[in-house]
Amino acid sequence: METKNFFHSVTLDREKCHGCINCVKRCPTEAIRVRGGKAIIITERCIDCGECIRICPHHAKQAIFDPISIMDEYEYKIALPAPSLYGQFNNLDDVDLILGALKLMGFDDVFEVAKAAELVSDATRKYMLRPDIPRPVISSACPAVLRLIRVRFPELLENVLPLHPPIEVAARLAKRKAAQKTGLPYEKIGAIFISPCPAKVTAVKMPLGTEKSWVDGVLAIRDVYPRLISLMRHVPASQELSEAGRLGVGWGGSGGEAAAVLKERYLAADGIENVIRVLEDLEDEKFYDLDFVELNACSGGCVGGVLNVENPYVARAKLERVRKYRPVSCNRLPDEDIMPYAWESPVEYEPVLELDADLKVAMEKMKQMREIEGRLYGMDCGSCGAPSCKAMAEDIVRGFSTEESCIFKLREEIQTMADGLSRISSVLPKASQENK
Amino acid sequence: MANDTIKLELEVPGDDFTRAGEASSTVKGMLKKLGFSPNVVRKVAIAMYEGEINMVIHGGGGQITVEISPESGVSMSLVDHGPGIPNIELAMQEGWSTAPDSVRNLGFGAGMGLPNMKKYSDEMEILSEVGVGTTVNMKVHLA
Ligand SMILES: Nc1ncnc2c1ncn2[C@@H]1O[C@H](COP(=O)(O)OP(=O)(O)OP(=O)(O)O)[C@@H](O)[C@H]1O
Ligand code: SF4
Ligand SMILES: [Mg+2]
Repeated sequence: METKNFFHSVTLDREKCHGCINCVKRCPTEAIRVRGGKAIIITERCIDCGECIRICPHHAKQAIFDPISIMDEYEYKIALPAPSLYGQFNNLDDVDLILGALKLMGFDDVFEVAKAAELVSDATRKYMLRPDIPRPVISSACPAVLRLIRVRFPELLENVLPLHPPIEVAARLAKRKAAQKTGLPYEKIGAIFISPCPAKVTAVKMPLGTEKSWVDGVLAIRDVYPRLISLMRHVPASQELSEAGRLGVGWGGSGGEAAAVLKERYLAADGIENVIRVLEDLEDEKFYDLDFVELNACSGGCVGGVLNVENPYVARAKLERVRKYRPVSCNRLPDEDIMPYAWESPVEYEPVLELDADLKVAMEKMKQMREIEGRLYGMDCGSCGAPSCKAMAEDIVRGFSTEESCIFKLREEIQTMADGLSRISSVLPKASQENK
Repeated sequence: MANDTIKLELEVPGDDFTRAGEASSTVKGMLKKLGFSPNVVRKVAIAMYEGEINMVIHGGGGQITVEISPESGVSMSLVDHGPGIPNIELAMQEGWSTAPDSVRNLGFGAGMGLPNMKKYSDEMEILSEVGVGTTVNMKVHLA
């Protein structure tokens, strides 16, 4: 299994890892193994969903994002707050307080991702009017889901909404606006996203659908949160900063993006296991009569991202409060043209889970895999470092493991050896046998 | 003293749901700028927002007339030519709703709009005829 030099936000702190296999079992793409008592991530399989960060009892899995000091690298800095940020605060019914606090933190301007989300929703509604598109349309905003589809559900790629996610749109609009206003070149303007999850960090460093992201830095909500809390009470009253409506803010929770399409026939699933189940059913064409499918890797949607502070369900309720009495939407496209929102490069199948590119070889490997699996014990105990006996059989065929790494196999062998020994030891040499 | 009032005529389009709430947002911004007390601004904003949303979801759009007076407060008249409300008493009950699923998922349809309008306005009357339309008049006093 060669490991290409991929960037991932999710990484391992070897010191803290106990090799306990909790994460190995949890990973939805079977991308983790334990070797030599430490976990390793098979990088091309990792979708940065953050499940391993959530499950690891030793906090050995972590997300990489930028330090707050990244702001200092730019002459003019713009904060791009994720809608889920709005769900982190107690008794808040005015988003302007958060936006004002971001300015006090040192940002020259704020561009709400929720505002960009309303534009993406408008573009989605326009895209859905096309008669020739495969249905249902599957959302592409959660980078972990998009990466999951890319490695596991290639047939569904044509259903995926080929539009940039709100963060990307926000960065582009914010930087263009800033360049016009200040006359500065783009390199001196920093668009800094405040993120609920590691998947979005990866989406910025290794984007899909475009060559290079316009986002210049990514901060974690949990890093920014304590600063905002202390700055909020210094925000001058009656600043009107928020430019997002109910639809845009709703994107922070599961179902928000789908509801903004304004169609009745939609489905919204959240939590990586549910997402996989829905994708499998979509692949088998078990649903009909659906226009739109929204999928979020995190339970509850982006409010459930691992870089948040508040419990997802509480955050969801707080988000509802913040968006109450907001206009339904405050942003729409200037015309019918959705091209500025469309992916510039297609997202293609990444066959990292295939046994071999050559079908014949793959068939042969599959046969071997099944033979090996038949010889294993089917306990899925994980002590070999693989998530299941099946995955172990595949690892062996790929030359990444050996049958002896199975402790039951090992015991079998010791048993055989022990039997052999006792057999040998019971055979007395001819010379010592009594003559009868 | 009628000449120091400001009168606004606002169109509420019935065919574009994404515009719902814009009229009340405009009025709220104006009241804030005029320096009305936060309590009055809040009462008008909520009562008018709920009424406007109802005009879009249930009434197919219409017109809102707002009169802002420094002495007597804010009066609003929300007029639509939609299906009308067959049983006003029932509609006024908390939790009664005929909102479709597509808007329920946006957080509408709890059946709390009319009760909230009653609660936040100081005077309210509903005139409705089935097949003709609905007019809701509301007033928020200054003190
Ligand atoms: N302008 C109107 N035209 C026709 N029917 C209306 C109108 N306004 C209200 N109704 C009827 O009265 C019911 C109750 O209205 P109310 O505003 O209390 O609740 P809702 O709009 O259904 O939900 P919510 O306001 O909590 O989102 C509506 O479901 C609808 O049947
Ligand atoms: S659901 Fe949202 S927070 Fe979770 S991985 Fe996807 S984009 Fe990130
Ligand atoms: Mg209502």
